[in-house]
Amino acid sequence: MQTTTSLPAPVSPWKRFIKRWGVTIFITLSVVGVTIWQYAVDARVTEAVLASTIRQSTPLVLGALCGLLGERSAVINIGIEGQMLLGAFVGFLVNVWTGNLLVAVFASILTGALMGLLLAYMSVTLKMDQIIGGTVINILALGLTGYFYQVGLTTQGKLQPISLGPLADIPILGPAIFNNPPITYATFVLVIVVHYVLFYTKWGLRTRAVGEHPRAADTLGVNVFKIRYVNVIAGGAIAGLAGGFLTLEAVGSFERAMTNGRGFVALAVMLFGKYTPLGAWGAALLFGFANAMQTQLQFADIKVAHQFIGMLPYVLTIVILSGFVGRTRIPAADGIPYEKE
Amino acid sequence: MDNQAKTEAGNQSLSDWFKSVWHVIAIPLAAVLLALVIGAILLIVSGANPIEAYAALIEGSFGTMKAFGRTLAKATPLIFSGLAVALAFKAGLFNIGAQGQLLLGALVSAAAGFLIKGLPPFLHVTLALLAGAIAGALFGAIPGALKAYTGASEVITTIMLNYVAINITDYLADGPLKDISGGNIVARTPAILDSARIPSIGEIPVGFFLAIIVSIIVWFTLWRTTTGFEIRTVGLSPHAAKYSGMRVAFTVILTMVISGFLAGIGGSIETLGIVGRYQPGFNTGLGFDGITIALLGKTHPFGIIPAAILIGAMKAGASTMQFNAGVAKEITDVIQALMLFFVTADMIIRKMLRTKDGGGEKITLSGWGQK
Repeated sequence: MQTTTSLPAPVSPWKRFIKRWGVTIFITLSVVGVTIWQYAVDARVTEAVLASTIRQSTPLVLGALCGLLGERSAVINIGIEGQMLLGAFVGFLVNVWTGNLLVAVFASILTGALMGLLLAYMSVTLKMDQIIGGTVINILALGLTGYFYQVGLTTQGKLQPISLGPLADIPILGPAIFNNPPITYATFVLVIVVHYVLFYTKWGLRTRAVGEHPRAADTLGVNVFKIRYVNVIAGGAIAGLAGGFLTLEAVGSFERAMTNGRGFVALAVMLFGKYTPLGAWGAALLFGFANAMQTQLQFADIKVAHQFIGMLPYVLTIVILSGFVGRTRIPAADGIPYEKE
Repeated sequence: MDNQAKTEAGNQSLSDWFKSVWHVIAIPLAAVLLALVIGAILLIVSGANPIEAYAALIEGSFGTMKAFGRTLAKATPLIFSGLAVALAFKAGLFNIGAQGQLLLGALVSAAAGFLIKGLPPFLHVTLALLAGAIAGALFGAIPGALKAYTGASEVITTIMLNYVAINITDYLADGPLKDISGGNIVARTPAILDSARIPSIGEIPVGFFLAIIVSIIVWFTLWRTTTGFEIRTVGLSPHAAKYSGMRVAFTVILTMVISGFLAGIGGSIETLGIVGRYQPGFNTGLGFDGITIALLGKTHPFGIIPAAILIGAMKAGASTMQFNAGVAKEITDVIQALMLFFVTADMIIRKMLRTKDGGGEKITLSGWGQK
């Protein structure tokens, strides 16, 4: 991942391996350890925790995919929260009107894509400060959903889990992974697809080139503006899908400001995952796991005010951000509008 | 002869002055108008009468002396949150956390307002205000220090800290500081003592004058002191600041502390002058409005005052609009977002007005993880 500049002395491969994978291995081992221990104590709780881990991680990983598509092509997207919220709202409304869940999901995706277009227009064409551009989207989404929201509407049904036959009977992991509603499966697929596109296709190479050195890419005939537009719009569509997940798959109704900071946590997930889809997935699962455990803590009779447990994910985000941002290599041109000469 | 030359020169400079003022206010003004027009289209689409709605909005905010007083009361905390965001902008920092700093300020000043007893009014108000301001300053110091020492983007840490602040204040207002008098079950603190209340002169809240004074102090600090110069230099070019021997990390933290201090006063004034206690949900959005106000006011303390009055008027008139014209008051949020869009996307407006960019300094925010 990291392009090695001339090192003064060769580091032993073992040390390099630890430096690169140490944290990941440590976290994975501790999560697996806790899970196995818990499974021995109470199998039912374990399955609930794992299923909840997947559920909680889905909007985060989708949000992170949105963020990293934009930032790999050097557009910072701080409006993921708003794109999610509007996607959730429009999907919800369309479902209330038509009663069709599939149409509603597409409406969510389309809304997210439109918001992506707006962000791309602001940051690529108008060359606005991208952070303010994202904030415009967030405030706009809050206002629009608040204005058009009516109390008392509910969706006509939710997306139901589809069991993948014998796979769902695998102990511990089976029910959590192979018995999910459609958007969750779509998320698994999207992670792989985005990873493939970013690192194994011409488009991905161009995207990364635009994110690192747009002038060089431009000189070689890459259309910087087009790359940025397409990536930011695709990202918006994915964020819209995350919104659809919230209303159409997870909750089944809409509430004001229901995204509750997930769009921002997704940015931390993206950084923690070092701007790679697979890394983001791992980070999102970790967040999901922490959240699921938190819910269990609330059920268990532990005398901590629920507000303190409730602030855990946000504190975790801050800790991770301050511990890891210095160690993550950020696309070199991130946040800088491109001026053609 | 001499005299004539003088008056001519005077006229010249006067018209120059008007021109420069026009350069500065043209874009915010056009942004506000465009936002109102698009808001009107939205109202028509959703089946409401925009003229009726806007008339009710104006009547509820400027129609009577009482309405005007309400507008100023709403504008007062907004001036502070606007100043908080604008000051951070000057150092290249985006303090989205004004909301959280404001909440803590509101809560702590409420606590100081009912826990401390037996003080003369002036002293009690001052003490409660300071307590709230210091709470905001301390809460602002956290993202400042994280930015300075670890490079964590203040944009995300402040947003996360907003959620932390909501949880902390909810816990305190529903736990240790809860009002348990008269069988109250709502999460809120007891009412502050009369000695801690900020009075009004006629309909005009005293807090508003304080807001004006603080704006002047902020302006003076930014443009007439070394600290202000350092803040602005760090904002324009951290590298230049570093190589000219300024303490960049210190300036970043100091800016966030002052920013949090200002937001904290905003929350305290809302508690001591209007709400009279801390109750969760009563201060929502005041910090976020600070972003719109700071940008509408071109991040200049004297631009922030009219911008805050404008947004305050929309808040004051919103319920009249909802009552008289049957329009949900969230439309004002939409209009605000549109204002924010047009004032930042000034390229659109400059093309329409064919003016050159003459207004204020450009805001450049540092992106991710730069120390």
